[in-house]
Amino acid sequence: MTATVAHLHEETDAPYALSHLDALESEAVHIFREVAGEFEKPVILFSGGKDSIVMLHLALKAFAPAPVPFTLLHVDTGHNFPEVLAYRDRAVARHGLRLHVASVQEYIDAGKLRERPDGVRNPLQTVPLTEAIQQLKFDAVFGGGRRDEEKARAKERVFSLRDEFSQWDPRRQRPELWQLYNGRHAPGEHVRVFPLSNWTELDVWQYIAREDIELPQIYFAHEREVFQRNGMWLTAGEWGGPKEGESTETRLIRYRTVGDMSCTGAVDSDATTLDAVITEIAASRLTERGATRADDKLSEAAMEDRKREGYF
Amino acid sequence: MTSTTEQFADLAATTLLRFATAGSVDDGKSTLVGRLLHDSKSVLTDQLEAVERVSASRGQDAPDLALLTDGLRAEREQGITIDVAYRYFATARRRFILADTPGHVQYTRNMVTGASTADLAVVLVDARNGVIEQTRRHAAVAALLRVPHVVLAVNKMDLVGYEESVFAKIAEEFTAYASDLGVPEITAIPISALAGDNVVEPSAHMDWYGGPTVLEHLETVPVSHDLTACPARFPVQYVIRPQTAEHPDYRGYAGQIASGVLRVGEAVTVLPSGRTSTIEGIDALGESVDIAWAPQSVTVRLKDDIDISRGDLIAPSASAPATTQDVVATVCHVADQPLAVGARVLLKHTTRTVKAIVKEIPSRLTLDDLSQHPAPGQLVANDIGRVVVRTAEPLALDAYADSRRTGSFLLIDPADGTTLAAGMAGDSFASQAKTTVQADEEGWDF
Repeated sequence: MTATVAHLHEETDAPYALSHLDALESEAVHIFREVAGEFEKPVILFSGGKDSIVMLHLALKAFAPAPVPFTLLHVDTGHNFPEVLAYRDRAVARHGLRLHVASVQEYIDAGKLRERPDGVRNPLQTVPLTEAIQQLKFDAVFGGGRRDEEKARAKERVFSLRDEFSQWDPRRQRPELWQLYNGRHAPGEHVRVFPLSNWTELDVWQYIAREDIELPQIYFAHEREVFQRNGMWLTAGEWGGPKEGESTETRLIRYRTVGDMSCTGAVDSDATTLDAVITEIAASRLTERGATRADDKLSEAAMEDRKREGYF
Repeated sequence: MTSTTEQFADLAATTLLRFATAGSVDDGKSTLVGRLLHDSKSVLTDQLEAVERVSASRGQDAPDLALLTDGLRAEREQGITIDVAYRYFATARRRFILADTPGHVQYTRNMVTGASTADLAVVLVDARNGVIEQTRRHAAVAALLRVPHVVLAVNKMDLVGYEESVFAKIAEEFTAYASDLGVPEITAIPISALAGDNVVEPSAHMDWYGGPTVLEHLETVPVSHDLTACPARFPVQYVIRPQTAEHPDYRGYAGQIASGVLRVGEAVTVLPSGRTSTIEGIDALGESVDIAWAPQSVTVRLKDDIDISRGDLIAPSASAPATTQDVVATVCHVADQPLAVGARVLLKHTTRTVKAIVKEIPSRLTLDDLSQHPAPGQLVANDIGRVVVRTAEPLALDAYADSRRTGSFLLIDPADGTTLAAGMAGDSFASQAKTTVQADEEGWDF
C-alpha cells in the first residue's frame, strides 16, 4: 500500500486540510477537466511565459497518464524574446503537443494590420487571435489571466462567454455559482476559460518552486543591453530601440512578466534562483503589471476596452 | 503585522479562506475592503499612487480607499458597484479570496453568487442606522446559502461616539435574527473603516471591546472542513483512458471530491446505475495515495470494469444518496428573462446536465421580512422562490443543507445557454423561520 502524499500533511496542521497551493491546484484541474468533458475543440493559449507554463503543467497533471486532449495556440507578435520562443518549441516537442501559431508579422506584411507609431504590438494581437479562433473553430480557449492582475480582470468569470466577434460584454457575463460552470454557447461563440483566476503572482511562483517547473532563463537575473523608455528598461533590438536620444547600458535585470519586447519592462534584480525570485516578489512594493507593462498604463480603462474588443 | 519577506517565508504552509462581503456603498463597504487591503499591506505602491492621483483630482484631501475596488468604467461614472469582484490578499497566517458583492436591492443575485463559495460572510451595518431591511436581507442570503460563519461589522462607530450600548443593541438584534434563520456562528465586531478601528489594528477608542479585529478573526476562523464530515461524493468529470503501449488497460475516473473522504478498498456504488465495485486505487495528481478528501481533484480506479461516464456519481455503498426525478428546491433567479411555470429548462447538477420542466412555483419569498407570496406564477431577476422541477433522468441529489456541492444546481435556458436560476435542494433555512404568508400581491420592490 502506498503512502499518503506527504506534503498534504506537512503544510497544514489540521487533518483533512489542504494547503492553499493544493486547493488552487485542485480547482484548476477541475476546470481543465470540465472543459474536456463539455467542449468539442479546446485550445490552450501558450506563449512560453510563466502563467501559460503553469497552465500546461496543470493540464498535464489533470489527464495523466493520458496525453493532454487540447492543442496549443500562440499569438506571435514578431517581437517575442528568442529564449522564450525556444522554450515554447521545446515544451511542445517534449509533450508531443500540436502548436498553432497566429503571426502578427504576417498580418502586417499582408497589409491587414498597421504598425503603431510607438512600435508596441500587444494591442495588435487581438485580430490574429480572434481570426484564429474563428478559422480553427475553437470553442474553448484557455488563458492564463488572473483576477489579481488588474481591476477589470477582478470581475472576470472563470468561464467567460465571447460572441462571434470575441467581444466581452461585462453585462452579459453569467453569474458563476459554486463550482458549477456554464459553458453553453451558440455556434460561432466561444468561451474563454481562466483556470488561474484565483491565483496571485506569488502563488504562481510558489507553485513553480514546489513543482520544480523549468522556466525560460529570462525570468532570472542576467546581464542585458537595455535602454529606458516610458520609465521602463526595454531590451535593445531590431524591433525598435533604442531610438535617437535613448542610450543603451548593460544592467543586471530580470523579467517579472514576459510579453512583447516593445512593452515588457525588466526590473533590476540579482535573483538568480527561484527562492531569490520569490523573496523579491514578496517584498516588492509594485504590482506585476505596474512594474513591467506599458500597455496597461495607457488609460485607466485600457484593459477594460481591450477586453471588450476580444483581448484577454 | 510585518510585510517583509519573513511574512511570506512560510506561506506555502497557509490555508485558503474564501469570504464574501455584503453591504451598500453608504455603509462604507468599499472603504472597509480598501482598509483591509491597505492595512494588511496588500495594496502596492502603484495602485495607491493611482488612487491618490484620482482622489486629488476630485479635490479630496485624503486618498479615497474605496477607489481601490471600483473596477469598471460604468461603475466609476455612476459611483456604484455592478458586479461581484474578486480580490486577493495574504497575511503570514492565511491566503484570502474575497468576493466583494454590491449591496443594492437589485443585486441580490450578486450576493448569492459571492456567498455560494464563501466560508464566511461579512455583513456591514451603519452604527447610526442599526439593523435595517437590507441587513435582514443580507442575513437571509447568508443563511439561505449556508455560509458557515457570519461576521456582523458595525461600522462608523466613530459617528456614534464609540458607544458600547449602541453596538450592543445592534449586535443583539442581529444575532437573534440570524440565529432564528439558522446561521450557525455569528461574530459581531465594532469598527470604523474610515479611521481604521478594529479592521486590522485594534481600536484605541473602544477599550470595552475585548474581541478580535476583523482581520484577526478572518485569520483564525476555522476553514470549513465540514466537507470531510459528510458522506463521500465523487461526481465523475472525465474518463481517462490513455490506450497507449505503456498503459494499455488504464481506466481512471477523474473528478473533484465534492464531499467526504475516499479510501482505497472501500465498497462503492455508482449512480444512477446502482452498479457496485471497490476502489482499487486513487491517483492524486501524479501520486498514488490510499486516502483522499474534499476538495481534492483525483483519479479513481475501480476493481471492476463497469460502464461509467461523465455525469455519474461514485459514493460509498454504505451511504449512497437516493436518486430522484422530482426536485423540490429554493432558487435565486439570476437572469433578466423570467422563469415561469411550465418552462422547459436544462438542470446542471455536479457534472450532469439533464432536461427538466418547472412543474410548480409554490411561493416567492421576500427577504426583507421573510414573507411568502403563494403561487407567483413566475420569478423575475433577484427573486427567491420555491420550485418543483421534474427531470428527464434521475439525479443523485443531496439536500443543500447536507452538502453545498451536491445539493446545488443551475437552471439553464436551452435556447441561448443563459443561467436562469441558482438552486438549492431541500428546505430553505436551517431552522424553519417564522415566514408569514401574504395572500395578496403587495408592492414589489425589485
